[in-house]
Amino acid sequence: MNPLVVEQMTVAYDRQLVLENVSFSVPEGKLVGVIGPNGAGKSTLMKAMLNFIPRMHGHVFVYGQPYEKQRHLVGYVPQRNSVDWDFPTNALDVVLMGRYGHIGLWKRPRKEDIDMAMQCLDKVGMLPYAKRQISQLSGGQQQRVFLARALAQDASIYFMDEPFVGVDAATEKAIVQLLNELKTRGKTVLVVHHDLQTVRDYFDYVLLLNKRVIAFGETESVFTYDHIQKTYGGKVTFLSSTHIVG
Amino acid sequence: MSYTMWILLTASLVGINCGLVGTFLVLRKMSMLSDAISHSVLLGIVGAYMVSHHLQGVSMLVGALIVGLLTTFLVQWLHQKGVQNDAAIGVVFTCLFAIGVVLISLFADRVHLDVEHALMGEIAFVPWDVLEVGGKSIGPKAIWLLGFVLAINIFCIVFAYKEFKISSFDYEMAVTLGIPVVLIHYVLMGMLSLTTVASFDSVGAILVVAMLIVPSATAYLWTDRLSVMLICSALIGVLASMIGYMIATVFNVSISGAIAVSTGVIFFISLWIAPKHGLLRKWLKKSPA
Repeated sequence: MNPLVVEQMTVAYDRQLVLENVSFSVPEGKLVGVIGPNGAGKSTLMKAMLNFIPRMHGHVFVYGQPYEKQRHLVGYVPQRNSVDWDFPTNALDVVLMGRYGHIGLWKRPRKEDIDMAMQCLDKVGMLPYAKRQISQLSGGQQQRVFLARALAQDASIYFMDEPFVGVDAATEKAIVQLLNELKTRGKTVLVVHHDLQTVRDYFDYVLLLNKRVIAFGETESVFTYDHIQKTYGGKVTFLSSTHIVG
Repeated sequence: MSYTMWILLTASLVGINCGLVGTFLVLRKMSMLSDAISHSVLLGIVGAYMVSHHLQGVSMLVGALIVGLLTTFLVQWLHQKGVQNDAAIGVVFTCLFAIGVVLISLFADRVHLDVEHALMGEIAFVPWDVLEVGGKSIGPKAIWLLGFVLAINIFCIVFAYKEFKISSFDYEMAVTLGIPVVLIHYVLMGMLSLTTVASFDSVGAILVVAMLIVPSATAYLWTDRLSVMLICSALIGVLASMIGYMIATVFNVSISGAIAVSTGVIFFISLWIAPKHGLLRKWLKKSPA
């Protein structure tokens, strides 16, 4: 049974279709790049799957059950600018929030939760910054704190919205390492991604999206010149043949 | 206790209540909702009077709670229907407040409640309006009301601390974790309504906004921890009450006015000298050593 199945999802803002009849099914343990131009509906896809935005039609199944019943299996890493980094809290506290689902409502974090949050910070190389106020972290460090929080959540499927945007080289490397670790642990990860040059290196699967699914499948066979041209409306000219197939 | 002590205690309780609730309003960028609710609860108070024919604590709290939540709900509803959020707030609270004003003028000859009192409050009269049990005075009514609301506020914040924190910091994350974010929002609005109505008598509707927002905005400048910000905000409210009362006695001016001015003065001083986010520090950082 595939961990994530999306069936005929349609989303509209003010009667204007943003996503049209989107269907795809992701096998377990795959890293999936969600690729498409600005306004293609990539973030909307994630938000609609997570029920932040109402769907007009369509279903999302997580391990065979509707998403609503399997919420705890799905972790979300929003775009970095979606929160106020001036909020009075430190890095450890933010990572600890990843544990809230496990801790349960109205209960306090236990020592195990704090230990685990520290381990997750360590995994992204942020342990020395545990007590640092989050506004005093660089963009890349903030992104790593978000990833550590996702790790702490210990979900089976992750949705990450543009984790590579505006980060330094060290953070990019750390994120790639983390994605691979998640993969070896059998997690399924969807990543909204912009940099076409790195798609072949980072992802097993790609979802080429422009309001509807242009192509979905293994990177090897799907990430082709024709598909990319179709997705971007013929506006992509800078790619060399080493980055794509066909 | 002396007259002065009762007034200081009342003002301090207002400061603590407002400081706690205000912290979350500031962090959730909902400061203007406090303006809305502090006005619209007037309708709740009048409504409570029409039903119970007296202006006692509990019925007043219930009336304010109902209208406060109604305000929140209407603002949310209009916003969902495509009205700008700030416009929705402006429409809802002015309407509800105006209905309150009309009703007050209708009952003006029968009830001790006037618009000026509701807007400005009169803390100077608080010590004389005492609660009696078995013919014995057990202190001013305002103190009991404020103390009761403080117990509710502290209980809610301690009980749902992490839920308040995450839904204020990262709403979407909170939703995916199954945190009841809508419930939390309405609980906070309920706390705001109760705090407003309990503070009404003392500082009035306009100045309660100052007590809600200014100490919290000040505390935000001084600390990087939510728990510290809550305590700081409450303490700044108390400090402003003390200073305000002193100013009022020395210059023989309105007590609630002087308290609100004090919150403003403390804010502007903090804006310059606060160690982490103050302007002076930022300025020093920028200039070459």
